[in-house]
This record gives sequence, structure tokens and C-alpha cells, in this order.
Amino acid sequence: MSGHTVPADFSEHMLDLDEDEDLEVFTKNTSLPDGSPLPNSPSSMVNQYRLEDDDEGKEDANTKDIFVTVDHPESQVTAIETFILYRVVTRTTRSDFDSSEYEVRRRYQDFVWLRSKLEEKHPTLIVHPLPEKFVMKGMVERFNDDFIETRRRALHRFLNKISEHPILSYSQHFQVFLTAQDLAPHRKQGPGFLSRMGETVRAVANSVRGLRSRPEEFAVMQEYVDDFSNKMCCMDKVSQRIIKEQREYVDDLKQYSPTYARWGELEEELTEPLKGVASCVVQCSKEAEEHIQHLSEVLVPALHEYVLCAETLKAVMRRRDNIQAEFEAKNEALLTRKAEQEAQLQEEVDVLADRMEQANNSLKGDWVRWQHSMKTDLRSAFISAAEKNVEYYEKCLAVWESFLVSQRAEAGGGQEDVA
Amino acid sequence: MADSVSREEVAVISNTDITSTESENNIINTMVERGTALLRKLEINVAEAEKRTGKNTVNMQETYTVYLIEIRPAETEGGTPAAPDTLWRRYSEFELLRTYLLVTYPYIIIPPLPEKRAEFVWHKLSADNLDPDFVERRRVGLENFLLRVASHPVLSNDKIFFLFLTEEKGWRDAVLETGFQDKADSRLKSLSAMFRVKNPDKRFTALKQYSDELNSVISQLLRIRARVADRLYGVYKVHGNYGRVFSEWSAIEKEMGDGLQSAGHHMDTYAASIDDILEEEEHFADQLKEYLFYTDAVRSVCRKHELIQYELEMAAQDLAQKKQQKEELATGTVRIFSLKGMTSKLFGQESPEQKESRLAALEQSIQEGEETVKEKNTECQEFVRAAWDDIEHFKEQKDKDLREALISYAIMQISMCKKGIQVWSNAKECFSKM
Repeated sequence: MSGHTVPADFSEHMLDLDEDEDLEVFTKNTSLPDGSPLPNSPSSMVNQYRLEDDDEGKEDANTKDIFVTVDHPESQVTAIETFILYRVVTRTTRSDFDSSEYEVRRRYQDFVWLRSKLEEKHPTLIVHPLPEKFVMKGMVERFNDDFIETRRRALHRFLNKISEHPILSYSQHFQVFLTAQDLAPHRKQGPGFLSRMGETVRAVANSVRGLRSRPEEFAVMQEYVDDFSNKMCCMDKVSQRIIKEQREYVDDLKQYSPTYARWGELEEELTEPLKGVASCVVQCSKEAEEHIQHLSEVLVPALHEYVLCAETLKAVMRRRDNIQAEFEAKNEALLTRKAEQEAQLQEEVDVLADRMEQANNSLKGDWVRWQHSMKTDLRSAFISAAEKNVEYYEKCLAVWESFLVSQRAEAGGGQEDVA
Repeated sequence: MADSVSREEVAVISNTDITSTESENNIINTMVERGTALLRKLEINVAEAEKRTGKNTVNMQETYTVYLIEIRPAETEGGTPAAPDTLWRRYSEFELLRTYLLVTYPYIIIPPLPEKRAEFVWHKLSADNLDPDFVERRRVGLENFLLRVASHPVLSNDKIFFLFLTEEKGWRDAVLETGFQDKADSRLKSLSAMFRVKNPDKRFTALKQYSDELNSVISQLLRIRARVADRLYGVYKVHGNYGRVFSEWSAIEKEMGDGLQSAGHHMDTYAASIDDILEEEEHFADQLKEYLFYTDAVRSVCRKHELIQYELEMAAQDLAQKKQQKEELATGTVRIFSLKGMTSKLFGQESPEQKESRLAALEQSIQEGEETVKEKNTECQEFVRAAWDDIEHFKEQKDKDLREALISYAIMQISMCKKGIQVWSNAKECFSKM
């Protein structure tokens, strides 16, 4: 709602810091899976690459000049911990890349690092979210196959979203992420934990008073973001509930067939139709299970991704607010300072004003892009789910129709002579 | 002229809400094949149900439902349908009729009544006897009962049955006058008695076992059906939540708004469609229930046969004993212990006159015994013949009815799938337009 003072929320900055991530800095570097020493020259890197077919992204071949895949999750065991390494393969024709193909291995922490770097550099761009560290319900074990596969897909999507972003895909950090055999030296560079902390403190200090007022368009955006977030959470919940109900339905449905079969054994004339019904039920149960599988693999992850997107949007709005708050605070200081400080303060205010304008423009531009992307993604997920439903019903229809045909064929001869 | 009326054997169910599947698989076709006298002349409908309140036997107010029975002469060619004769009956009167039939025709598998209380209920369906859906299904069941009796080669000729259809007031007295109540008591005894037959008729043993297993399997099927219905209801109804969220979401979107809104409507349609689907399935459940209750009737015929067989065996055994006694008395040898024999040993032989009179008494008893055995034998043979006739008729009817029921179940499933395809195709179109 515009017109109210809005305290900038800094807590999000704190929570973004992953404790494990810090540990990462102090653990031993691992060597390559095959035991060879880490390469440190571009030419030796080139020699590592395996050429493989990339069948991703052939559709966007006209405009895309970079293709990234995430696959081959492999478990890594060290003295201190166990984690999964994913293979990241890049193919590109961009000139700012030394080579046209890269293959590296990355762990989840590396993705977290990349994303935080991107957000740091572009605080008001909408950086696609990563899959969550843990899923609370259902999967407690990190190394469960389904969990790993779900995460792999999400990581793949994440990198593709970055590579499709007109600004983020040219980020230096992104390039390093895709190309450096060993990420560790790069991770130590740049503003680390402490400096981020400092930023946060500054943000808090400057924003304690809160925002004067949000420009209309951002107020509208905020409202939308809040509503969208609610809707996505609902959609996510409803979809998961549907899957749960369908699972229970299939479990009970399956009990029909042994009962019909048992009845069939009891009868003489009726044996054949009874066994037919038993078989139909078995087939329909299979179709239903496939349907559930599809929902779990396509619709639910898509919706969940946008639940996380909503959180990202909220964070972006907060950061934008902070930038505005910083400017406003400095501006106020300017208005109340003595003459001798005026020049310096004016300079600082100008810098912050520029920063604010840039931030606002970035967000405005990226907002349009994001909305379009959201619409495409969700539309495609819904269409897929609807198609799968149609398919499920069509298959069941065929099963029962063939049963009818077999019954009518049997009955065809003798039953037409009823008076 | 009267014989050519045989074309009009189709008895009509007056409920015009009957779906095409129901009329297609109308079990009346089965019944009418038997070509019974009664159905040739009459159309029988249970047309309506009404609530009444009145004082019951303990002088308390109660609410009960009455059913309107319509009787109409079968349509003659070119003639206009005559106005029906009507009367009202409540469920307890149907029960009385059935009990009468059970007692009077113990060798016949008497068609069952629809259930007294709703069982195998899934959660949404009310177990309340006054619930309109339950009453409606019961109306159909009662009509079914009457048609089954009216098309039965033996039962349709029964006078009390005819009076049930025609005499509203005087019927109760007429039933009681038949004195069937006395037979009812002895029948109850026979059903609950524990006795063992020495030479059981293998056919009846097999039939009883079949009937028990059929009862068990249908019960299980009905239980599963109730659970599956509950689950399916849940699945469909949760999609209604999609409808709500889509609708709310569409309000905040510009481009996507229309697509989401209309998709939401389709989700609501989908969620609502389960009510009709499960109602249709209820009809299938009722068909299964009828045969579940039939198994009780089959069992009771088998039990009655056992009783008759047992009585025959007892009579034969009794006769054999008496013959043995006579032989011993005549020859003086005691092979079987008898009190008379012991006392005569202790207190001396009896006089020739005493012996003569005892022999005469035994002779009399033996003659009576032989009569009894002959009667029981005839009774048993008659019973077996009549019962087995009816059992064959029942088996044919059962096979046909249940086959039709399974086919109509498949048709229902197909209809459900078609609805699903329709809704989701529509939803997909809405999504595509987003």
C-alpha cells in the first residue's frame, strides 16, 4: 500500500547466509573424480572435455547462443562430509568464452554461491530461485534418488533461466561458474561474509526510519507480489493434496481386481465378464499411477518453483526499498547539514540518486521479462497437466470399451430374441 | 385375440428419469421372458413415495413413508391406457407379504426386498431412512420386488399377492387368516436349529456353499466400492479448490486473467460432476445388493430342504427302531435295551396277554410310522423337484442380470471418462489461450 512508511526488512539478508557455505571455505579442496590433479591452464582444461550430444534447447536455436545442461549426479565422500556433484556442460558460440565447450562439476553450494553473487551485483534484477536445501515433508534423506533427480532438474532450470537472462547471462561470475574447473579460488574473492554483513548493517541504519513512500508502480508491484505469492502457495498445496487423494484412490481401487477374480472363480457363465472387469480395473489403476507420476514430475515442481519465485520477488522489492531508503536518508542529512559539509553530501546524494534510478529501471525492465517468462512457464505446465488428464481418461475409456466389445460379441448371437 | 396380446408383455417402469443405460439393461426383459399370466394382464408400478405421520402400535407418533402402487391393465393394441387403480403400502406391509411368501413357498427362492436400512454407505450418502435419495432408491427396489414376484411362474398365481396389489384395507386380515403365522414360527425354528443330516443331497450342499461364498464376495465388493467412492469424491472435490484459486488469481493478472478464469470454471464443473457419477454407481451397487439378499433366500431354501431330509431320516430311523422292537418282542431276544425288557427280566416275564397287546400296539405304531415315512419321502421328493426347478430358473436369471449389471457398470465408466475428457480438453484450451 503506497503512502505508508515501510520499514525495510533486513532480516532476509541475514537468513540468506548459509552456514554450511562458510564451512565450505575452510574444507579441503577435492581433486577431480578421476583422481588427477586440478588443471590450472586453459589448454589442459580443453583436454578434459568429453564431447557429447546436447539435445537441449534445439527449439531456441535461432536466438540462443549458449546451452547449459546439468546431469550425472554423483556422490562424493570425503573425511568430513558426503555431497552430490553435478556435471555442468556448456556449449556456446560467444566470443567472450575461450572455448566452445566446457564441462565442470559443481555441488549445490556452488550454485548458492553463484546466485548470491548475481544478486549482489544486480540487487533489483529477478534472479531465478534455487531448489530448497531440504524438503521438509516427505523426504528427509538428502540422498534419496527422487530428491536428487528433482533437485537436478531444478538446478538445470536455474542455469537455463540465467543463461536466458539478457543481463545475467553475461555476468562474469556466471562465466566462471560454467568454466572454472575449480571454483574454490574464485569463491574466496570478492566481498565475503563480513562485507555483506556490513552492507546489511548500513541498510538497517539507513532505513530505520523507513521509506517515505513508494512510487505508484512499485506499490502496485508489491501488492501483486503479495497476492501472487498467496496464490502460488495455494496452488502448490492444492496440487499436492490432489496427488495425495489420487494415491489413496488408486490404493483402494486396486482391491477390486482380486475380489472380482475371486468371484469369477465361483461362477460358470459369469466367469468371463467378471475376469474382464478385474482386468479392466488393473489396467485403469496402472494408468492412474502413471498420471500421478506425471503430476509429481511436471506440475508440482513448476508450481513450487514459482512459490520460490514469489519469495525472490519479495526480496527484490525489499532491496529496492532499501536503496530508496538509503538515498532518502542521505538526502535528509543533506538538508540538515551545515554549509561546509554540503558539497560532499551533495556528491553522495547524487551517487545514491543514480543508484536508485538505475535500480528502479532495472527492476522495471526485468519485471516485464519475468512476467512474460512466468506466463510461459505456468501455461506450459498447466497445458501439460490438462493433456495428461485427457490422456488418462482416453486410455481408461479404451479399456472399458474393449471390455464392452468383447461382451457384446459374446452376447451378440443369442440375446436378440426377447419378445 | 387374447393370445396376441403376448406382444404386450413388457412391464413398464413409470420412473421417467431412467437413464438410457438403465432402460437398455432393464431387468424387466429377463422377467418377462417367463411370460407369466399376471404380467400379461397387468402393468405394475410403484409410482410415488409420501411421508405420513400416524400413531403406531404403542400409540406413539411416528413418521413413515408410504408408496403408491399403480395397477393398470396391460395396453391393448390401439387402445388408450386406462386410468390405474392405486393403493398405498408402507414398507412393513411389503415385509409381511414377503414373510407370508417365505412360509407358504419354502421351496421357492423368494425375491428380496430392498434393504431396510442403508448399508455399505459412503460418507456423503445419508444413512437416514427419510432421506429423499434413499426413499427414491427404495421405491425402485420395491417396484423391482413386485415385478419379480409378478413374473414368477409359481408366486404370481398367489391369491394373497393379488390382494396385496388390489385390496388396500382388507389385505392384512386376509393374510392373517391364512394362518401362516403358525408355520412362520416353525420355520424360524428350522432355520436356527442345529441338526446334522446323514446323507446330505450333494446338489444342495454345493448350492449352499456357493450361496455363502457369493454372499461373502459381494459383501466385500460393496465394502470396497464404498471406500473407492469416498476416495474418488475427494479427488474430484479438491479440484474445486483449483477453481477457487484460479478465479482469485485471475483477478490480479492482466494477460492471463481470462484464461485462468474460464479454466477455473471448468475445474468447478469437474468437481461438481462427481455427484452424478456416484449416483449412477449407486444403481450398480443396488443391483449387487439385490443378489446379496438373494443369497439369504437361497440359503433358507437349502436349510428347509435339510430340515425335511432330516425329518425323513428321523422318521425312517424311528420306523427301523420300532420294527426291531417288534422282532425282539416276537422272538423273545433282547438286543436293544428297553426299560420294559429290563423290568420284565427283573420282575418276571409278562403274561401272553400283555405281550399280545404290546405287539398289537407296536404293529399299529409301525403302520403309522410307515405312513409317516411315505409322507415324508413324498414331501422330500416334491420339495426337491419344485425347488430344483426354481433354482435353475434363478441361476439363469442371476447370470443374465449380473452380466447386464457388469455391462452397465462398464458403460458408466465410459461415461465418466468421456466427461473427464470433455472437461480437461476445455481446460487445456483455456490454458492455451492464456
